[in-house]
Amino acid sequence: MKEASPSEGHGNPIRIVLAKLGLDGHDRGLKVVARMLRDAGMEVVYLGLRQTTETIIEAVEQEDADVVGISMLNAGHLTLGPRMVAALADAGLDVPVVVGGIVPDEDLPAMSAAGVAGVLGPGASADEVVACVRAACRP
Amino acid sequence: MAEREDRTLTDRFRTVSGIPVDAVYGDGPAPGEYPYTRGVHADMYRSRLWTMRMFAGFGTAGDTNARFHELLKVGGTGLSTAFDMPTLMGRDSDHDCALGEVGRAGVAVDTVEDMADLFAGIDLGAVSTSMTINGPAPILLAMYVAVAEDGGVDRGRLAGTLQNDILKEYQAQKEYLFPPRPSVRLVTDVIRFTTAEMPRWNPVSISGYHIREAGSTAAQELAFTLANGFAYVEAAVAAGLDVDHFAPRLSFFFNSHLDFFEEVGKFRAARRIWARWMRDRYGATDERSLKLRFHTQTAGVSLTAQQPEVNVARVALQALAGVLGGTQSLHTDAFDEALALPTENAARIALRTQQVIAHETGVANVVDPLGGSAYVEWMTDELERRAESVFAHLEDQGDGSILEGVHAGIESGWFAGEIADAAYRYEREVNAGERIVVGVNAFTDGDDPDARRLLRIGQDTEDLQRKRLAAVRQARDDAAVATALARVVADAAEPTTNLMPALLDAVRARASLGEIVDALEAVFGTWTEKAVV
Repeated sequence: MKEASPSEGHGNPIRIVLAKLGLDGHDRGLKVVARMLRDAGMEVVYLGLRQTTETIIEAVEQEDADVVGISMLNAGHLTLGPRMVAALADAGLDVPVVVGGIVPDEDLPAMSAAGVAGVLGPGASADEVVACVRAACRP
Repeated sequence: MAEREDRTLTDRFRTVSGIPVDAVYGDGPAPGEYPYTRGVHADMYRSRLWTMRMFAGFGTAGDTNARFHELLKVGGTGLSTAFDMPTLMGRDSDHDCALGEVGRAGVAVDTVEDMADLFAGIDLGAVSTSMTINGPAPILLAMYVAVAEDGGVDRGRLAGTLQNDILKEYQAQKEYLFPPRPSVRLVTDVIRFTTAEMPRWNPVSISGYHIREAGSTAAQELAFTLANGFAYVEAAVAAGLDVDHFAPRLSFFFNSHLDFFEEVGKFRAARRIWARWMRDRYGATDERSLKLRFHTQTAGVSLTAQQPEVNVARVALQALAGVLGGTQSLHTDAFDEALALPTENAARIALRTQQVIAHETGVANVVDPLGGSAYVEWMTDELERRAESVFAHLEDQGDGSILEGVHAGIESGWFAGEIADAAYRYEREVNAGERIVVGVNAFTDGDDPDARRLLRIGQDTEDLQRKRLAAVRQARDDAAVATALARVVADAAEPTTNLMPALLDAVRARASLGEIVDALEAVFGTWTEKAVV
């Protein structure tokens, strides 16, 4: 899973850390997204369940990741999304954060204002997922 | 709040045009006869409708209590409690990792005081209550018993269901606390306790729902769920119980998904498989041990965030499949649940959907009306065949024991891998347009995000709940708490000691959920799954 897919075109493939931040255990969506991104040629570092901002930052540093994807279906996104962004900034890492899960439209401006680079909701297609992650990496 | 409805007036069983109809049509084993493919009762919904049990929980105990009263007022016939993520994970609301999750996706319960507020003004001797809790299930049961007994209702009178199905947590929903083996011991402790002292209580609700929501197929849901059921039977028998003493109180919980006839076949196959295995494999002789009773919930995962009103139609069709499959109780999802917790209006429409099916469509007048359909009978047989091949695999993995086979499948990540493969296959089909999802990848005109009104739980809930917990900690006798927690640790270290009495002591001393879980964790340890993508 290390080789770049032709669709990446130039440079190295995007390397993304995927994690469930917090206590929420619903990992169906994140696992599907992991495979979608891998199929699109990205390098996926899948941390899985019960991660903290600290464990995610550690993985970002170790893996030299380009982007972080966190998933939450627990309505905690307004707390946890900005917290992840702030924790990365505090660690001196300029790495965008994409949030996936159940995020009502009315929360999108607040997420954006807090520095979340992209939000993926239920029903997002593989193309939309891949495009969102690419856009987050190349603002 | 009538739990039952008298439907014995026979002249009610006429079509809308006035044609009288019989209870059952067709040949072969009748409903209420082994192997119960056609239903566990001879006259099913003619004598008693299914229980309309709506799942609710959000915010503080007081918030959810108000929703419970509303649901009972509009005709709900049983209560079902959704706990928030910290409670499900055995963490107190003031724990670091609870930040942002208190009261958001269910109700926060930290101590027995919260449990008392949750059921304030509700006669626990008259209502039946379901609690969706797994890892810390024995602790929540202890809190419920303590609240009831403080209110003068003896534990022997309590009716309800504790989900307490830890195996599917490792396979699908991932809300586990301890490693699988001590967790199964906790399940067995609850079975021993309720069998002896709470004859109206269902100690385990063996749940396929979450397996399906995590992405499994119907056949996998059927097979994994029944295998988990067999595993609990083997564990309880190994703990010294007679199968006929506890098996009549085992209950099941299935998903009702979109493919209508596949779902009906699944429910019918489940009854037949359970009856045969319980009789032939586990030697049960009480016919109640052979009868698979189940709760159904419509498929949350099938709800779309796009054009959410269309979900009303999906839910109605899924609910109908559950009823035609012979469910004992039913939760219908609210149309706005792909966006947030249900609003009161959406929850009411969901309940009304069940009432339309029950009272207007006539489907409750005849038992197993689809029985004898060539397609439905074939589908029933086919799902049974697929489930049997999974059982054979697990038996092989467990050297003849389903329990050991299930443990092996959890430890290797086999279940999680099978489910993730199926989920991805489904997603690829939707992506490729091979599978139409109305409003998502076809017929997408007409979505109006501005029209949505959502239930919001604010940060104030978390602050309030932390204050409530601090007040309980302030008022209690700390020495009594320490003594009770020391007993929990001591009893946990003795594998043959039933933990329920120590847990009852601890909750009565006002030990918090998180403190009790920490005490158990000191003996049992924790569990980290092998992440399979």
